[in-house]
Amino acid sequence: MAKYLLLKHYRGAPAAVNDVPMAQWAPEEISAHVQYMNDFAARLEKTGEFVDGQALAPEGAWVRYDGEGRPPVTDGPFAETKDLIAGWMVIDVDSYERAVELAGELSAAPGAGGKPIHEWLELRPFLAAKPCITE
Amino acid sequence: MNEVLLRSLAPSVLGILVRRGADFAAAEDAVQDALVEAVRVWPADPPRDPKGWLVTVAWRRFLDATRADAARRRREDLVYEEPAPGPAPTVDDTLQLYFLCAHPSLTPSSAVALTLRAVGGLTTRQIAQAYLVPEATMAQRISRAKRTVSGVRFDRPGDVATVLRVLYLVFNEGYSGDVDLAAEAIRLTRQLAAAIDHPEVAGLLALMLLHHARRAARTAPDGSLVPLAEQDRGRWDTESIAEGVEILQAALARGRLGEFQAQAAIAALHADAPTAEETDWVQIVEWYDELARLTDSPVVRLNRAVAVGEADGPRAGLAALAALDDSSPSSSSRGYPIPRRAAVAAYLHERDGDLATAARLYAEAAQKAPNLAERDHLTRQAARLNARGCR
Repeated sequence: MAKYLLLKHYRGAPAAVNDVPMAQWAPEEISAHVQYMNDFAARLEKTGEFVDGQALAPEGAWVRYDGEGRPPVTDGPFAETKDLIAGWMVIDVDSYERAVELAGELSAAPGAGGKPIHEWLELRPFLAAKPCITE
Repeated sequence: MNEVLLRSLAPSVLGILVRRGADFAAAEDAVQDALVEAVRVWPADPPRDPKGWLVTVAWRRFLDATRADAARRRREDLVYEEPAPGPAPTVDDTLQLYFLCAHPSLTPSSAVALTLRAVGGLTTRQIAQAYLVPEATMAQRISRAKRTVSGVRFDRPGDVATVLRVLYLVFNEGYSGDVDLAAEAIRLTRQLAAAIDHPEVAGLLALMLLHHARRAARTAPDGSLVPLAEQDRGRWDTESIAEGVEILQAALARGRLGEFQAQAAIAALHADAPTAEETDWVQIVEWYDELARLTDSPVVRLNRAVAVGEADGPRAGLAALAALDDSSPSSSSRGYPIPRRAAVAAYLHERDGDLATAARLYAEAAQKAPNLAERDHLTRQAARLNARGCR
């Protein structure tokens, strides 16, 4: 039992096989894509492996502390940022192999021409908070 | 009302319902309902016979649910009358439930969830909180597990080893949410030990008690890890240690050694040492040899290398580590290095006086740590050596 993060990128991942920007898809292809994602999440809920799924807006800001009594500084967005996260799904599965299997299925979501995008997803294991009890 | 006492009745109540002919999944739901009802009603109106009360309420719930179900399906071939009293509730029912919930057809996470609910009497919400997943996900995991075992005969003996693996997994999950899973694992293993006479069940119970005894000393107030050698032994739970040792000795006397007994023997030798320096490392190495004979895993041989380092000096430990690398050359090239290998190497190099190598290996080990507490601990070790200027 281990949790994994499946990260989807707007930018920064290696190019997908079916690499056509979403804005150039046919409207029904977008619907089919959204349906696939929803079905995937629903299926994981049924198997008891779903933890969380969220999408992120592409635009954001950088924020940092600017010293005692001063408001935080905001900046950006920086267009040149190499890595831009689009969203994530968190799964709780029995093995690394299962996590890879599910990431592969998610990457098969249909895109332009109704064909799988073959999008690269980043798979990251969670660091559990607690150590095992047996030393 | 003592909730643990209430939950300890769950498996035998469930066993009675199943023996009366209720199917497992529906009976399990009914017992959960009865437990919830007991939590609500008992404080003001405690029953004289708690178990009888639970059986009556659970059976009524089961009949209600079955009736509703049957009405929906327009089926009328079910008998609704209160059945003749079944066979006297036996310990065997509890044992059968353990087997069912750890059935080999279940994945480890499903077996764990089902065991905690059906045998442990925990609610789905409590289990979900303990494993940090949404309640809906855990509910699905449990109902799927129930479907998976729905065709399994309830009266066939199962495999004790699979049950022990499930309980060990629960134990290692430790403590999060409002349920202490380590304590729950001990309770469930104790209950299993009462239901079946098996040296490995006793061995696992002893192992759990001996590890649990050190829990308070294992973490500093700030949550950081305290390694075994640095623990305040005055904070070890001597009662728990004494019980663990006694159970272990009785098990070992039967002459049917197994993996858990060997692990417990190692834990007992640590518990037995008044100071870290007085640890009987020679005997610990011997137990690791036994353990390697029983289950030759790289993790066992890695731990053995640590013990060799203590018994015969760090050079000998490093040699044991090198032998381990030679015997499994493919493991690192495939990207699956043995967990904690770098941490062990760092420790042995530090004891050997090679602080620069140790610092580098501690940093490397921190990168590969499987959890936050260990990562922080290893990072601190690297920082400690680097601060001495031995970069």
